Amino acid sequence: MQLTIDNKRIDVAVGTTVYDAAKQVGVTIPRLCYLNLEALGIENKPASCRICVVEIEGRRNLAPSCATLCTEGMTVKTSSPRVLNARKTVLELLLSDHPKDCLICPKSGRCELQNLAIRMGVREIHSIENAEMSTYRKDQSPSIIRNMDKCVLCRRCETVCNTVQTVGALSGVNRGFMAVVAPAFEQDLQDSPCTFCGQCVAVCPTGALTEVDHTPRVVRALADPTKTVIVQTAPAVRAALGEAFGMPAGTLVTGKMVAALRQIGFDYVFDTDFAADLTIMEEGAELLSRIHRMLEGDSNVKLPILTSCCPAWVNFFEQNYPDMLDVPSTARSPQQMFGAIAKTYLADRIGVRRDNLIVVSIMPCLAKKYECRRDEFKVDGNPDVDYALSTRELAQLIKEANIDFNALPDDNFDAPMGESTGAAVIFGATGGVIEAATRTAYELFTGKKCRQIDFHELRGMEGVRTASVDFDGTPIHIGIAHQLGNARKLLDGVRAGRYHLHAIEIMACPGGCVGGGGQPLHMGNAQIICARQQALYREDAQKPLRKSHENPYIQQLYNEFLGRPLSPKAHHLLHTRYFDKSTNN
Amino acid sequence: MDKIKSLDDLRKMKQQLEQQLRLREQSNDPDALVQIKVAMATCGIAAGARTVMNTLLERTAAERLPVVITQTGCMGYCHSEPTVEVRKPGEEPIVFGHVDAKKAIAIIEKYIRRGELLEGVIPQNYESI
Amino acid sequence: MSTFKMHLLVCGGTGCRASQSAMIVERLREALAASGLSGDAQVVATGCFGFCEQGPIVKVMPDNTFYTNVTPDDAAIIVAEHVLKGRKVERLLYTDPQHKTPASDSKHMGFYRKQIRIALRNCGFIDPENIDEYIARDGYAALGKVLSEYTPQEAIEVVKRSGLRGRGGGGFPTGTKWDIARTRRSDQKYVVCNADEGDPGAFMDRSILEGDPHSILEAMLICGYCIGATKGLVYIRAEYPLAIHRLQVAITQAREYGLLGADIMGAGFDFDIELRYGAGAFVCGEETALIRSMEGRRGEPTVKPPFPAESGYRGRPTNVNNVETLANIPVIFLKGPEWFAGIGSTGSKGTKVFALAGKINNVGLIEVPMGITLREVIFEIGGGIKDGKRFKAVQTGGPSGGCLTEKHLDTPIDFDNLLAAGSMMGSGGMIVMDEDDCMVSIAKFYLEFTVDESCGKCAPCRIGNKRLYELLRKITLGHGEADDMDCLRNLSAVIKDTALCGLGQTSPNPVLSTLDNFRSEYEAHIFDRKCPAGQCKALKHYFILPEKCTGCTACARNCSVNAIVGERRQAHSIIQNKCIRCGACLEKCKFDAIRVG
Repeated sequence: MQLTIDNKRIDVAVGTTVYDAAKQVGVTIPRLCYLNLEALGIENKPASCRICVVEIEGRRNLAPSCATLCTEGMTVKTSSPRVLNARKTVLELLLSDHPKDCLICPKSGRCELQNLAIRMGVREIHSIENAEMSTYRKDQSPSIIRNMDKCVLCRRCETVCNTVQTVGALSGVNRGFMAVVAPAFEQDLQDSPCTFCGQCVAVCPTGALTEVDHTPRVVRALADPTKTVIVQTAPAVRAALGEAFGMPAGTLVTGKMVAALRQIGFDYVFDTDFAADLTIMEEGAELLSRIHRMLEGDSNVKLPILTSCCPAWVNFFEQNYPDMLDVPSTARSPQQMFGAIAKTYLADRIGVRRDNLIVVSIMPCLAKKYECRRDEFKVDGNPDVDYALSTRELAQLIKEANIDFNALPDDNFDAPMGESTGAAVIFGATGGVIEAATRTAYELFTGKKCRQIDFHELRGMEGVRTASVDFDGTPIHIGIAHQLGNARKLLDGVRAGRYHLHAIEIMACPGGCVGGGGQPLHMGNAQIICARQQALYREDAQKPLRKSHENPYIQQLYNEFLGRPLSPKAHHLLHTRYFDKSTNN
Repeated sequence: MDKIKSLDDLRKMKQQLEQQLRLREQSNDPDALVQIKVAMATCGIAAGARTVMNTLLERTAAERLPVVITQTGCMGYCHSEPTVEVRKPGEEPIVFGHVDAKKAIAIIEKYIRRGELLEGVIPQNYESI
Repeated sequence: MSTFKMHLLVCGGTGCRASQSAMIVERLREALAASGLSGDAQVVATGCFGFCEQGPIVKVMPDNTFYTNVTPDDAAIIVAEHVLKGRKVERLLYTDPQHKTPASDSKHMGFYRKQIRIALRNCGFIDPENIDEYIARDGYAALGKVLSEYTPQEAIEVVKRSGLRGRGGGGFPTGTKWDIARTRRSDQKYVVCNADEGDPGAFMDRSILEGDPHSILEAMLICGYCIGATKGLVYIRAEYPLAIHRLQVAITQAREYGLLGADIMGAGFDFDIELRYGAGAFVCGEETALIRSMEGRRGEPTVKPPFPAESGYRGRPTNVNNVETLANIPVIFLKGPEWFAGIGSTGSKGTKVFALAGKINNVGLIEVPMGITLREVIFEIGGGIKDGKRFKAVQTGGPSGGCLTEKHLDTPIDFDNLLAAGSMMGSGGMIVMDEDDCMVSIAKFYLEFTVDESCGKCAPCRIGNKRLYELLRKITLGHGEADDMDCLRNLSAVIKDTALCGLGQTSPNPVLSTLDNFRSEYEAHIFDRKCPAGQCKALKHYFILPEKCTGCTACARNCSVNAIVGERRQAHSIIQNKCIRCGACLEKCKFDAIRVG
């Protein structure tokens, strides 16, 4: 159909919005609330900010271009004086109810509202002096800070929390000027069904939802001469950190990251990948023992086994599937395995007392901040992992330390806990954990060398995937889901008998950890996430060792300390249990 | 209660039921109706006004006449009880004395329907409200 | 069959029930029983008579006697005098304030003379909890006629020809709305009755539901047949317990008679109705918000299109009509669309129910033909302004309507004229203001309402209305500045232009219409720091006339903030910046020396 936008005639397909049509004639209309999660086919389109309004001939009032479909013969003006006045007035209204502490706002420089104010050249807010602000108590959970004073009610967080993740922790409450996005009954996030996946933070346009910042405490620990501070970096971090320094998505910065951490002053720079290999040893052994019991006809065996690396997913099933607490693997996440080994085995080796050893983790994740504070992961109140920083916090720390990241030479992780295989690296992508487990489990199960290393059938961005891997005559059925809404679909399918699977990998975030809530903000852009995924698969391919059980330092750890997978000591240090956190409990 | 299974059922039901509301329907516009007042003070009742009232009600209802029947207090014609005042639209009221059931029917048939006067008209000597 | 000689109709609407009308019913029955008259006179609890100012109302049939302000204690007298002896109880008759003579029956009351009751036809006439009385009044005959004589398309044609427009505020042609829903293909469609009446002071929908619930069920059935829906939902405020009860009774009775359920009247048409309760948010009267609320979600409007007729309740085609709109439907089919179209004005057919409120003698519910003038409504039906004060303005259309003035009094009331005059029909609220009302405060009052009731979804409504309110408050507090009026005007225009739903798009109307019609009052507040109506406390000044002051010190002693100074036996004076305008000095002064200006 044909229409006219700003005096330009254009042909568009039926179903095109005025916003998209304008883009086709080179006009980018400012907008705020809209968010397109293209890969999911989910749009946040409340048409509530009214920034993108345009004038349409014959229409009484202005139309939100993001939510108005083109019609044949339509005449649109995107920046008539009437539109400009309305747009700027509405923006001024939004700013009139927004704190002006941009200087110290965690979102400063990356804030979409700030960008709009710059673009629209707002220099003063007309007409309203001493206007009342809608204030709300600040809610700080272990992972996420809700500063609702900065909320513009775009409702992106709600769409992500409810439609994508099906967690349902956030929704609009109260009315009018006091309307706010909050958990039901205005509970604190900590008491709500929130899993701390952080996807709300990843899409928030302003400083309303941000992570809890642990960098000051880390710096303080580094400055304390009595403390030995070690750091571990999760696989997904290296694939995204570069974005914070202007590199394209998917740039691998492993060596620069290590160099930066060393320059910041960490005493040892280790890799969470080491613990990922360890996880495969324990989880793989658990999977095999369950499969063996199944093959022996044990009807009590719990299959499929569910992965337990993702702390948001653990929170999700503790809340939603309390009847299935004995189904997931009991293996701790790599972060926690690392912490447990660091504060026992390593502390011994380097001769540092537990309470003088500070373990910092760099994670693509906000739920990790919560996970490391769980009581199960403390010894006499001392946590195995002291601080979990997000990728964004690390970027901040590097900038603070005045490090020219782009100019850094590559550096290597320290031994012993810095060595890892390619299997560990792909933990950061959806399907990666189960692929890593498959590489090891195949060889342990069949006793044969696995000729295939790349299991392409387990990779991809499909929300729910299933595949079968032939374990030398025994078909092993595998399910994969990323994003909690897909996890719910898959699990409900298992419950309903639609899927018959042996093992399931679940990650809470889009594309796995690479799309985590602690990464440079993806704002729903699936291309960024895919690029990060590919980076991890590239690193895997480059690694000399690509199967976890081949990691010599892992073998050494078992020989010197743990004995064998699932040994009592391994159980004590590397496994955990789950709790019923459902609301009816 | 039987179900209404067709429009006919509904119409039959309506015919049976409308009687209940006739009095209300008609009195919505009393000026357009024949107004019948039956004196129902002690004297009237003692002389049989209640029978007259009931006869009038039943008869007019059966014939679906546009009348409204009310009771009034003593009209002062104690000598001629039971008394009935009839006011046709646009006409002066006429009071009948010594009305019984038979005469009540006659009032309806002759005076109200055909406009013929019958015996026993009491000369008007005051305005009723 | 017993034939009652007399029917005593007692108003059972919420207003009169609040004044013990249920007890009046009981006492009347007791008194009748005690006098052996139970077989002679029938006591009926009906719906609202509309004359709420004078309630509780008892109407005696057949002589059409209209008793007002009846108390339970009056029951015995009504029975002893009126029922037994046929003498009207003069004391309880309505006395017209203008003519000072008691009106013997309702036909001769100014309040009813100009009314035409279509939507309210059965209110105050039948027992709403008795389906038989509804059927006796041709109830469900329109449904029977539609089912047996018309195709859905033909029936919609009838509605179209009648010219009926939505009574909920928008004024959209009802027949056209139905036709859109009819032409949509879907496995399921819904008929929704919007009974989420929210305008302050408006209660027409409640009165219809309380007084004539079956008319709504019948209209929903007809609509369902026309658009091809088998399911009806009434979205009703939980704060309307009596209306809910009467709807429930009506639905049960209609099911018993087979008028709801499968194969209605043998026509192969299935339809049933359920209730959905709203928690009383004004915005849920907006149809998309209403639908979301019915789905169990937060009551927030969504962008249109898609309109509910395309994608409504549970994503299915849904036709939403207001209660009053529906109440007109059966009559249109019984009396014919031409009859209906013969009433009213060119663009607005039929009647409209208004809730008269404010500084008017006859507060209540009225139904008048479209095209009647405001003057007729206010001065004839409404009986003029209370206490002989001067008329100043009338607010129509609820909180989002505008204030109309003297110059609009002779404008015929219909959808288009009210819009042209800067107000709107809305759901039919009509609040009358007199010379004592401050128009800036009135605008502030309405903005306070919309600020409270905004859902908060879109920025212009959520924040803009708050800012409008703050500006108005600032002006009424005497801090107004020269460009405040321009700010108000620009902000109002932008909110109207950009808000997401009807609530926001109309919420600045009270500001704009008062700016247009009462600019001088704004100017007085801003430039002279004076409230001409004397309503704005902050702009009141108390001062002492020295020539009258005897120096008795009574005022000074009673001033809680020590704002009054002066020597004994000398004239006192008030320190203005200390005065909190409590008025205590005025009360205490025995010499009439204190003035307010």
